[in-house]
Amino acid sequence: MTFLPSPPLPWTRVCSVSDILPGSGVCALVGGVQVAVFRVAGALYATANRDPFTGANVLSRGLTGSDVQGGALRYTVASPLLKHRFDLATGQSLDDPGVRLPVYATRLEGGDVWIGSPI
Amino acid sequence: MFTPSLSAASLPHVVVVGNGMVGHRLVQRLREGAAAQTMRLTVISEEPCLAYDRVQLSRQFDDPRPDLALASPDDYAVLEVAVVWGRAHTLNPAARTVAVGDLTLHYDALVLTTGSVPFVPPLPGRDAAGCFVYRTLADLDAIRAAAHTAHTGVVIGGGLLGLEAAGALRKLGLQTHVVEAAPHLMPAQLDSEGGAALRRTVEAMGLGVHTGRAPQAITTDGAGRVTGLRFADDHLPADLIVFSAGIRPRDDLARAAGLALGERGGVKIDDLGRTSDPHIYAAGECAAHAGRTYGLVAPGYRMAAVVATNLLRDLGLLNTAPALFQGADLSTKLKLLGVEVGSFGDAHGQTPGCRTVSLSDNVRGTYSKLVLAEDGSRVLGGLLVGDTARYSELLDLTLSATPLTAPPETLLVPALPASGALPQADTLVCSCENVRESAVCAAVQGGARDVAGLKRCTGAGTGCGGCVPTLHGLLQTELRRLGQVVTNHLCGHYAHSRQELFDLIRVRGHRTWDEVLAAHGSGHGCEICKPAVASILASLHGELVVSPAHAAVQDTNDAFLANIQKNGTYSVVPRVPGGEITPAGLMAIGAVAQKYGLYCKLTGGQRIDLLGAHRDDLPLIWEDLIAAGFESGHAYGKSLRTVKSCVGSAWCRYGVQDSTGLAVRLELRYRGLRSPHKLKSGVSGCTRECAEARSKDFGLIATEHGWNVYVGGNGGVTPKHALLLAEGLSEDEVVRLLDRYLMFYVRTADRLQRTSAWLEGLDGGLAYLRRVIVDDHLGLCAELEADMARHIASYQDEWAAALADPGVRARFRTFVNAEERDDGVVWVDERGQIRPAELPDILSGLPQLPLHGGD
Repeated sequence: MTFLPSPPLPWTRVCSVSDILPGSGVCALVGGVQVAVFRVAGALYATANRDPFTGANVLSRGLTGSDVQGGALRYTVASPLLKHRFDLATGQSLDDPGVRLPVYATRLEGGDVWIGSPI
Repeated sequence: MFTPSLSAASLPHVVVVGNGMVGHRLVQRLREGAAAQTMRLTVISEEPCLAYDRVQLSRQFDDPRPDLALASPDDYAVLEVAVVWGRAHTLNPAARTVAVGDLTLHYDALVLTTGSVPFVPPLPGRDAAGCFVYRTLADLDAIRAAAHTAHTGVVIGGGLLGLEAAGALRKLGLQTHVVEAAPHLMPAQLDSEGGAALRRTVEAMGLGVHTGRAPQAITTDGAGRVTGLRFADDHLPADLIVFSAGIRPRDDLARAAGLALGERGGVKIDDLGRTSDPHIYAAGECAAHAGRTYGLVAPGYRMAAVVATNLLRDLGLLNTAPALFQGADLSTKLKLLGVEVGSFGDAHGQTPGCRTVSLSDNVRGTYSKLVLAEDGSRVLGGLLVGDTARYSELLDLTLSATPLTAPPETLLVPALPASGALPQADTLVCSCENVRESAVCAAVQGGARDVAGLKRCTGAGTGCGGCVPTLHGLLQTELRRLGQVVTNHLCGHYAHSRQELFDLIRVRGHRTWDEVLAAHGSGHGCEICKPAVASILASLHGELVVSPAHAAVQDTNDAFLANIQKNGTYSVVPRVPGGEITPAGLMAIGAVAQKYGLYCKLTGGQRIDLLGAHRDDLPLIWEDLIAAGFESGHAYGKSLRTVKSCVGSAWCRYGVQDSTGLAVRLELRYRGLRSPHKLKSGVSGCTRECAEARSKDFGLIATEHGWNVYVGGNGGVTPKHALLLAEGLSEDEVVRLLDRYLMFYVRTADRLQRTSAWLEGLDGGLAYLRRVIVDDHLGLCAELEADMARHIASYQDEWAAALADPGVRARFRTFVNAEERDDGVVWVDERGQIRPAELPDILSGLPQLPLHGGD
């Protein structure tokens, strides 16, 4: 059997930025993968939609927020199931140092939201 | 009647024989009613001192020795009471004289308060040197003197006085034993369980207890000194023996004078305190009333007061109605050897048909028992050993025959420790992560200052999340214990409590999250403050929670108007007011469930839950339900959920009011009301309480006189029975009161605080709530009612409103860019319906995450 390198994900347009209410998220299907896309404080963030603590595809429905740690402000999303929180920029779990969500590149272009390869 | 005295002073002369506690009380009462100018008063005292506090006799061995005297010769001189020292030996009722030594006193009225003498069982050797009784100060002086050369003391008699004497011997440093012929200690007051509890405590103090043992003789040495007690098969060595086996009334003077005696001794008296001679009265332990003698001081005092009144009347010195003694309550509370013992009412359960409930704790050394009426409705009496904290309360219940409103066993449960106290047991807080209270407290001591910090340090609250409220409470308690300032801030983004924020939003008139955050918050909010503010806005303004201004701050249930389940699908609960549903309605729900492949379950609140709905099916499901006449049941919100009911007077043979009708009315009235936590209610058509109304935030129970309103109950982790707020109300009165109650709660409760905790936290509790919403003490009621009226007027079905708005409807799509469904939702079959597959099944079905540059 030969292993072929997977092609890098092309950028995918998923929706118009107006499809995402400020402060909230939507779920997009990117290359068969569920990606949660958030619009928080004027910026876009994209993480996996799957909550690693429960296995359910729900993170795009989480409440976003902010948290100050070590003087630095970071944006977060809390899973709607059991309220585990994640750093939107890094995917790092705030509850368990050993858990980190995949995060994806995002781009806003002429009012369109684009999702790129995993970071 | 007053007869002119032949004595020199020509004033009526009253002689009191005996100057114990009761005799002294009598002297006081007589002098209060008749001054020295109107009546001569003479007391005959056999003891060489005036009255002292015999109840406290054992304190004579305390160091420093207390002054037990109740009266001094100086006091009596001031009162102009003559004291004759000596023993009265001859009473002549015909001549109205009494002789002391060689002195003969003439009296117009005489009172016998000669008390009692200790009973000494007729044991061989009972007069030996080293044998004592325990009655007077002289007895105690003699015991003290003997104790100097003694090592072991034995008290014969394990009753009240015996234990008192044993305590005294122990104070004197003697190795002490108590011998009681009955099978247990204090047989007159206690039952065998109570006696056993007392015995454990007494033994734990190092005293020997020998019950069910009757000594046969007292053994002595060649010099006639006590060496011990002989039993049939045993010998108990002792250097000192104290008899304390009961008392006998001192009725010898009366007996010799030919006065009538009680069947079991004592000078017979009537209800006026008179003996068989109209000029002679008796009171205290020497008297027998209705064939009964009283060995307690309280009935003696009562008799003294009665005798004083009637005697003064008979002498023409007082013009009042006669006083009556009609027996006394024998309830008593004492401390023996440091052990609290209480006995009240029918402690021995002699009432026919009575039943008992008891609680025995051999670790705390406590025993308590209630004797109840046959139907359990009233307390008839009881016993308390080791802890008499509830004595007065229980005595009150007994004497007033108050019908019980709580299960009787709860009256025996020890009071819970104050909420501020440190928990004793290391309770398991988080069962998911196996975290105990001690670990949480340690984390707080280690610097954790919020629930998120506790989650990080301990892992508690990161599983199912059910313990998060407990964590919050522990955090507050522990911080307070550490002397930290405990804030009631909603979260790190708002330096206000929910109540403060509620008032700010109301007064400032904010209408959106952005306005509230800009004015009062910081950062971008979080999963705690966002739903809280959303709820406050919904309570105040009644705007749609799914409108664009509010949608992004709603937690998922409110955002999608359904309940999220473990696999990300939702359940739908149509409103079924009062649980009343037509066959057509049932069929419509069934048809919807079948069409969308939903799992059906009747809920605990008389509704039908349709589970397993994909997000994009929700609007379609609602369309069908709305077409069949249903609306949102708000099973998702922190809002009124359900008003449960029984069938009431419409169907039930016991029902006295229309519980279903009222439940329907209330559920429709308060539907959609956003509140600090979910609200549940129940309406029962009679006191059989089939709707379990008292476990609800508000509950109604029908009586023949109207509705009883209960508030502040809930099930759940800390179940609480609701408390009675008002009784016998009409339906309209109920509605008005509930409007006020609910609005007051909505306005003032903390975030996620159920009504039970809110009510407990109200300063003044139920009484305060009653003052505010029943008596309108704060003048708030009109405003509260108006707030509720505004809510009711603004109500609209959220499902229908969401369907009507294409923008809202679009949010229900699973993917913003595709028509597929969530392939993570996997069903398995169980008992003929679907249920979510467990995690491993799902994981195996998931596509691998493509990794950048990976292979």
